[in-house]
Amino acid sequence: MNTLTTRVDEAAPRTGSIPSDGDTPHPSGDERFQAIDAAMKRHRYQQDALIEVLHAAQEAFGYLAPDLLLYVAHGLKLPPSRVHGVATFYHLFTLTPKGRHTCAVCTGTACYVKGGETLKEAVERATGIHAGQTTPDAGISLESARCIGACGIAPVVVFDGAVCGRQTTESALERLEGWIGHGAD
Amino acid sequence: MELTDLHAIADAERAGRRPIQVRVCSAEGCLSSNSRAVRQRLEDATVRAGLEDRVQVCEVGCLRLCSEGPLVRVEPEGSLYQQVTPEQADSIIGTLTGGTTDARRGDPGGAFFARQHSIVLENCGVVEPERIESYLAAGGYQPLHHSLREMSPSEVVDSITRSGLRGRGGAGYPTGLKWATVAKMPPGQKFVVCNADEGDPGAFMDRSVLESDPHRVLEGMAIAAYAVGADRGYIYVRGEYKLAIRRLGIAIRQARALGLLGSGIFDSPFNFRIDLRIGAGAFVCGEETALMASIQGQRGIPCPRPPYPAQAGLWGHPTLLNNVETFANVPAIIRDGDAWFARLGTEGSKGTKVFALAGNVRHSGLVEVPMGMTVREIVEEIGGGAPDGRAIKAVQTGGPSGGCIPAEHLDTPIDYESLIRLGSIMGSGGMVVMDENVNMVGVARYFMEFCKDESCGKCIPCRAGTVQMHRLLERIGAGEGNRADLARLEGLCDVVKHTSLCGLGQAAPNPVLSTLRFFRHEYESRLRGDSPAPEESRSVNAARA
Repeated sequence: MNTLTTRVDEAAPRTGSIPSDGDTPHPSGDERFQAIDAAMKRHRYQQDALIEVLHAAQEAFGYLAPDLLLYVAHGLKLPPSRVHGVATFYHLFTLTPKGRHTCAVCTGTACYVKGGETLKEAVERATGIHAGQTTPDAGISLESARCIGACGIAPVVVFDGAVCGRQTTESALERLEGWIGHGAD
Repeated sequence: MELTDLHAIADAERAGRRPIQVRVCSAEGCLSSNSRAVRQRLEDATVRAGLEDRVQVCEVGCLRLCSEGPLVRVEPEGSLYQQVTPEQADSIIGTLTGGTTDARRGDPGGAFFARQHSIVLENCGVVEPERIESYLAAGGYQPLHHSLREMSPSEVVDSITRSGLRGRGGAGYPTGLKWATVAKMPPGQKFVVCNADEGDPGAFMDRSVLESDPHRVLEGMAIAAYAVGADRGYIYVRGEYKLAIRRLGIAIRQARALGLLGSGIFDSPFNFRIDLRIGAGAFVCGEETALMASIQGQRGIPCPRPPYPAQAGLWGHPTLLNNVETFANVPAIIRDGDAWFARLGTEGSKGTKVFALAGNVRHSGLVEVPMGMTVREIVEEIGGGAPDGRAIKAVQTGGPSGGCIPAEHLDTPIDYESLIRLGSIMGSGGMVVMDENVNMVGVARYFMEFCKDESCGKCIPCRAGTVQMHRLLERIGAGEGNRADLARLEGLCDVVKHTSLCGLGQAAPNPVLSTLRFFRHEYESRLRGDSPAPEESRSVNAARA
């Protein structure tokens, strides 16, 4: 709970007001809040729509910063603990910023029997981080995907949202090396 | 909207069709192998060849043989092209005017296609998923009209009961019985929910159905809603299935625009509204009570049953919850009659089952077979066996809740009871073939890691038990375990299976129990430390793949 209270303090400057109705700009001047306002409005500020609103928030901002969670809590008149609880329960919501590139190695069963685990280890070695982490230069985020359902072309790696099938350690590392070079620029 | 209007749209669609159709698969597997560029080039090639008035290039759903994508099918001549590159587009169009092509030809009459029997997938790869006119031309929404105009709600329920349809989500609960329970609840607010939270790793049947033929699921839900007296529905889709979500959204908008969803459908007093709810990556949300909590914007944590959703579900109202494939069967049962459906399959399991065939198998993809076909027929005849002449060691069904069927039991027929007797389950339909190089202790550890990560943490047996079992499996797999560890593992399996709150925990020990039952020697040989650890054996396997 301590972390939550500090987050509230940090967030204070941007969340000073109740969410606007979507027509007036957010006090911070950040237009991305309009996407969240629109989502809440579409669901008529119903508390049941929390997950839908969080999806919209993450789509607009890339991740759910503490002040965003508070903004949503105000908007739907929910306790911040509930919003925080839901945001941390689901794997697809991330509370930390992602890197410029994302790489997700599928860990489904079909990919597993076709060597997905070896791929994952190779990718982790090449980037020096584990799944769920981002490189210190914010260049690459590694994610682990729970079966993306493209089992026919296993093993699969998702690079920046594009599903790539029949991957080998070489093909995956080649792709990453391009990014690593780019990240160091 | 009247039946005549439906027919008018369907007739116009059929009349506007050009004589030759070039169908390009636009399901996730083929899209990621660049099928969109293939379609673009085919369209350009058609224009260049001056064949626009004869040839129609269209985007269809899954053409099933995913391992050979991108797939292109030319109708009515019936040719199938595999692993098509954009560069081959010109020559494929050229074949229509007597030219030749170097594109790889598949065999549409081969066992992979010939042994299948399509009900759920009958429109899959035929209709254009983003155009409702295409679904109407295939006879779509006529079963809904028939239900609303010619049948009473109780007649619809009776028909589903007589068909013998059982839930395709895995457990196999009789669908008619479930519908009857909801229908018998006092009138008032009721809901119909479609469970499209296909979380089992290795399963992509529901995704394919939603991507290929979304209107069929909407129609099935509407018939169900009419039968049980509901007027609102939700489809809970996995957040990972972006394409399925997009196509469902389009389908709902189109159906609403034509008055096939909304109020006063077909000029009857029946109203039905469907909303999408997007999951956010929690396997446990496939469990019905957790799914309903998630629809209500809460953490996906299961509740003890009873009360069952049929009595008190969403917001406390009676709720009918079925899987995608179950709903997709409904329009066909109404159209062709329950007696027709009941003739297919076995005594206790009627109809067909869709499987996602993957793993160490030559032809992987989407497969629909009549119940009662043996596992061997599916993996060896349809799937073509393991690649490179290797032997099949086991077939995994049911994902992390199921088990491994060993090679000596491959002649088991596919039906709910036979699979349970083998310690596996039908599951939603993931079927992963494992060849002789796959290490079964590693497989058990893999599934336990999955369950450990996905446990919601509400009840202790699952939360703590999966962690302990995973630790033991890692130790045994690494060759550091002893007999006491093995005994502890078996004891824990028993406790977790019998004391967990929901299906996730109750079924989590299944992969361990089934591998212990059929591949015990693999565990025991590791106790003595005289067999390679899972890591090594897997790398060998990966190198070969």
